[in-house]
This record gives sequence, C-alpha cells and structure tokens, in this order.
Amino acid sequence: MASGAHLITFDKVWKSYGQGEARIHALAGVDLAIRRGEFVAIMGPSGSGKSTAMNIIGCLDTPTAGTYSFMGIDAGRLDRNRRAMLRNLYVGFVFQGYNLLARTTAAENVELPLIYRGVASRERRDLAMQALAQVGLVGREHHTPAELSGGQQQRVAIARAIVTRPTLLVADEPTGNLDTARTHEIMELLTKLNEELGLTITMVTHEADVAEYAKRTIRFVDGRVASDTAKLEVAQP
Amino acid sequence: MIWETVRLSLRSIRRNVLRSFLTLLGIVIGVAAVIAMLTIGSGTTEKVKADISKLGSNLLVVRSGRPAGPGGPGGLEQVVRPLAEKDLAALVAHLTGARAISPASQKQVRVIFGTESLTSGVTGTDSAYLDARDWKLVSGRPFSDSETRSGTGVCLIGETVRQQFFGAGDPEGEIIRVNRTSCKIVGLLEPKGYTGFGQDQDNVVLMPLHAYQRRIAGNRDIDSIYIAADDRTPTSELQPRVEDILRDARRITPDRESDFAIRDMTQIADAMASATATMTGMLGAVAGVSLLVGGIGIMNIMLVSVTERTREIGIRLAIGAHEKHILIQFLVEATVLSLLGGIIGILIGLALAGLASVTLTIPFAPSPAVILLAVGFSALIGMVFGFFPALRGARLDPIDALRHE
Ligand SMILES: Nc1ncnc2c1ncn2[C@@H]1O[C@H](COP(=O)(O)OP(=O)(O)OP(=O)(O)O)[C@@H](O)[C@H]1O
Ligand SMILES: [Mg+2]
Repeated sequence: MASGAHLITFDKVWKSYGQGEARIHALAGVDLAIRRGEFVAIMGPSGSGKSTAMNIIGCLDTPTAGTYSFMGIDAGRLDRNRRAMLRNLYVGFVFQGYNLLARTTAAENVELPLIYRGVASRERRDLAMQALAQVGLVGREHHTPAELSGGQQQRVAIARAIVTRPTLLVADEPTGNLDTARTHEIMELLTKLNEELGLTITMVTHEADVAEYAKRTIRFVDGRVASDTAKLEVAQP
Repeated sequence: MIWETVRLSLRSIRRNVLRSFLTLLGIVIGVAAVIAMLTIGSGTTEKVKADISKLGSNLLVVRSGRPAGPGGPGGLEQVVRPLAEKDLAALVAHLTGARAISPASQKQVRVIFGTESLTSGVTGTDSAYLDARDWKLVSGRPFSDSETRSGTGVCLIGETVRQQFFGAGDPEGEIIRVNRTSCKIVGLLEPKGYTGFGQDQDNVVLMPLHAYQRRIAGNRDIDSIYIAADDRTPTSELQPRVEDILRDARRITPDRESDFAIRDMTQIADAMASATATMTGMLGAVAGVSLLVGGIGIMNIMLVSVTERTREIGIRLAIGAHEKHILIQFLVEATVLSLLGGIIGILIGLALAGLASVTLTIPFAPSPAVILLAVGFSALIGMVFGFFPALRGARLDPIDALRHE
C-alpha cells in the first residue's frame, strides 16, 4: 500500500491539565491514524478535546502521555525549535479568527512563513502571488486585513498556509466566523486544494454541512474518539 | 534575514511615531547631554592649551613673596620686599638662555576718552614685554627704549579698549586719560579673546614702566618679571639660574629662603588643562546616568510592545519562527530604536556644543571617537535593555499567544 503510509498516528495519547483533584484530561487515550491526502473533519461537543488534538497534530503542542508521530517522526518528543521547523516545512494553519498580521498587506502576510525559511525576497513575492492566485485573490495583494472582508481574510490565511506547499493543513473551525455563502466558498476551496494538490486536511467544525465536504469524520467526546466514519458514497468517475 | 528584521522594526517604529518618539526622548537627552558636555569640555581644554601659548611659550614669571608651600608665606614681621629695578638689571646682565626679560606692574584702572570710560588692566612695562609674552601689534609701533627710560605718556591698547572708545575707528594718535594722567595711543594689540577662565585679554593698556610707576602706582616697585626662554633652553633649566641670580642680587644668605617666587607658566597651564579634562570627564559621567534612565525607558516600551503583540508572536511561532527569530526581531527593534535616539541625540548635542562655542568663544571640538562611542553605547543600551523583553516574547507558548486577545 504505497499511499498507505500514515502521516499522522496517535498511540494512546493523553493530554492533561492541572494537578490532583483539579486535573482534567483534554485527551484521554486517543488512538488515531490519518493517511496522506485524507480530508478529515473533527467534530464533537465543546470541550471534547478537538482543539487540543489539532494542536498536537500541528506540532504546536505535545502529549502528556502516549506517542504522537508525524511523518514517522516522534514529534511529541521534539523540542520547541524542532517542532517550529516541522511546522514551517510541513504544516499550514488556518484559524477561526484568521490571525493575519494587522496593518500588513495580504502579500506580506502570505510571505511570512517563507521569511523564516530563508527564501530570497523576489522568490517570496512570486510564491506569494501564486498562492494568492490559487485562493482567488488576484488584485488584492496590497490590501491590509482591515480592507478585506472576512471571507477574503480567510482566503489570505489559506494562501499563507499553502505558500510553503505543506503536507498537512490544520484548520480549527475555519468557517466559524463566516456566513453560509462564504462558508461554502471556503469549503470548496479546501476541497479543491485537497483534490488537486493532494493536501492532507484536518479540520475542526461544529457544522454538519461543513463536515460533509470531508471524506472522513471523527467525533470526539470527553477526550476520546467516539466514532470514526469514512464517507463511502463518493462516486468515482 | 537581519536586513529583513531591521526593515520590519523600522516599520513598527514608524507605526507608532509618537510613542516611539517619547521612548526615544530619554536616550536623546542622555546622548545629547554627553555629547554636548564632552564637546564643550574638549573645546575648553583646547582653549586652555591655546591660552598657554598666549601666555608665551616657555615663560617664567617672577613675583615677590615666598613661594607658597610648606611653611607658607613669610611671617607677619617680615614685610614682603618687592622686586626692584636692580633685580631686573641683574637678570638682564647675567642670565643666559633667555629670549626676553621684561618687568610688569599691573593695576585695574579707570580709563577715560571723551565721555566714555572703562576699567582696564593697565600694565607698566618695557619694549621687551611684547616679545616675552608673544603678543603682536595689529598697527602702530611698540614703545621705544627712550620712551621706556624717560617714562613718556604713550600707550598700546587692546581691542576691547579700542571698541569701547573708537568703535571700528583708528585709535592711533588719540589721547586717553588713565587715572589722572593722559597718554597718547601709539599702537593696537592683536585681539586674543577670553581666557578659559572668562578673563578678557583684550581689555588692556600697556604703558612704559616709569610712566606707570610715577603717575599711577606712585612707587618704584616691579610686580613681576617675565622671562621667556629661548628655543634651546627648557624652563626647568632656566629656573635655577634665575633663582641664583636673584638671590645674589637681593643678597639672600644661603641659610635663608628666597623672598620671591618663580612660576613656570607651562606647568601651570598643563595642570589647568588636565583639571579641565577631569571636570569634563565627570560631567560626562553624570550625563551618562541619564542614558541609563533612557535605557529603562526602552525596556519599558519593549515590554509593552511584546505584550501588545503577543498574538503576532503566536502567529509567527505557529508558522515556524524559531525562538531566536522572535528574540532577534525584538532585539533589533530595541537597538534600532535606541540607535535612532542616539543619532538624534548626537545631532542635538553637537548643535548645543556649537552654540556654546559661539557664545563662549571656545573652539568647536567634536571628537569622532566620542561620537562613535555614543553611537555604540546607544546601540548597546538598546540591546541590553531590549534583551529581557525580547526573551520574554521569544519564550511565549504559541498556543497561549494565539489565544491572547
Ligand atoms: N491550557 C489549558 N489549561 C487548562 N485546561 C485546558 C487548556 N486547554 C484546554 N483545556 C481544557 O481541555 C479541554 C478540551 O479543550 P479543547 O480546547 O480541546 O476543546 P474543544 O473541543 O476545542 O472545544 P471547543 O469546541 O469549545 O473549541 C477543555 O475542558 C478545556 O477547558
Ligand atoms: Mg476548539
């Protein structure tokens, strides 16, 4: 199984906060495997550990116990700077609140990850323009976030996430701040990126119709995986 | 990468012009004070050194009275014996290695011309005085030997006296009144400006010694004798010869101390110059303390900046910035900020020193070394005081930082 190598594996992953009586387990022994090229939606009630899991998947956080491996690397045991390097090379992030730098143009926001990669400024500009074109934002390069609509800002954030051509896109409620029409536009964009670039996507959402775009849905309840269903009815042309 | 970061920090400084400026103020004032102090100070030192050569190079000055030192001045019963004409005569006759020997008696006297009047330093002397003190005439002539001998009522005046009485006009041949006697102006002295101690060296009138003694002092005393060494003779060699000749002339037995003092003007001036330099250093150090205050200002603003931009730091960390990237970003920002303050401070400091040099008529002596040091020091302050806030930013947890409102 050539495409079968797991990109992401959780092996009895725990994430706990606090001490003694007040100790809470955001994740309580999660086992999980995600392959390259998958588009996974993560759902579940508030406080069930979705964001916690996403942070670990994106190498922003590490498990308290258990093993998280990313691309076969034991990422849960890497130090801050090595995880920063992994994120820079292989992970793109999209957040609910866009998280763009204020008073900074769309193009400069998109270029940002390339700066930390040491890409020369000309090449950065070209790559940023390409990424902005991919998300359908040609002509808005020099607008600052304040001059863009929510949907456009999220497109800039997606462009920033894919400009490094990452393996994995981590999206925590990417449509949480958008209206229905904008939500579907963004989801179509993500679907396109998944299908055309083979980008692996893990996405948290509260909305069933957003999860519909994914090919697999994992439900979290109380820090555990309650269900894991693949969408089988996808028609192959 | 570094250039990128510098650009980035300049932009963030520009975004908050007013706040950046207020932050800079501490550094600006500190650096301006240090630069102004040191520049004015070294100008003063140069001025003092220039005054030395104005006193006449390699000059000994003899005055009556015991040299100050252990034992102090002579007892009450001992009346100070003034210098006299025969002492001068002995020196002229026996001293070798001197270029010029000249007597001088001095007094502040009211000088009148028409309805104008001025209190000037009036000196009775002879024609060798100009040579001994290295003074020059702009116009006219010195006293002749015969005028010196007979004590004719002629005089040389300084620039201040001329301006008071004649403006820019030609004073030669005019008669001024000095005390109750009148004398004819025969020459104008070259302007010498103020001494480092604020004394006007151009408010002077020179007249023949005998005229001075008869008509102004009313005695035959000589206050001091100026002796200029020739080019081959250092003053240290000349001094004991002068002492021997004078002890002999004044019939002082070997068991008694000299009743006159010989001052080496070169030494005195050197001491003055080094005292000025010490003072400058101290003032500079005091001004340096304000730099420290400026540094604390930088630290404060950088802490605010890090807190304000916690979310930005979170974003940068999330997309792959290393700790060192964040650290460098804020460190560079603090350094650029502080350097900017330093440069503005240097410009203001130099402007102040320039102003002072005009008003105090001292040379404008900016030192490249001091300016470089100020640049380096302000950059260092930025780095030192920016380090803690920058480290705080770099150590933030990306998840917490992203959650920050
Ligand atoms: N830094 C932390 N310190 C303490 N407790 C935390 C921390 N982060 C998360 N938790 C707790 O862990 C649990 C899971 O949080 P998480 O953010 O993963 O939930 P979620 O599923 O993303 O919820 P939501 O849908 O509201 O975003 C919650 O009970 C939360 O309070
Ligand atoms: Mg969440």
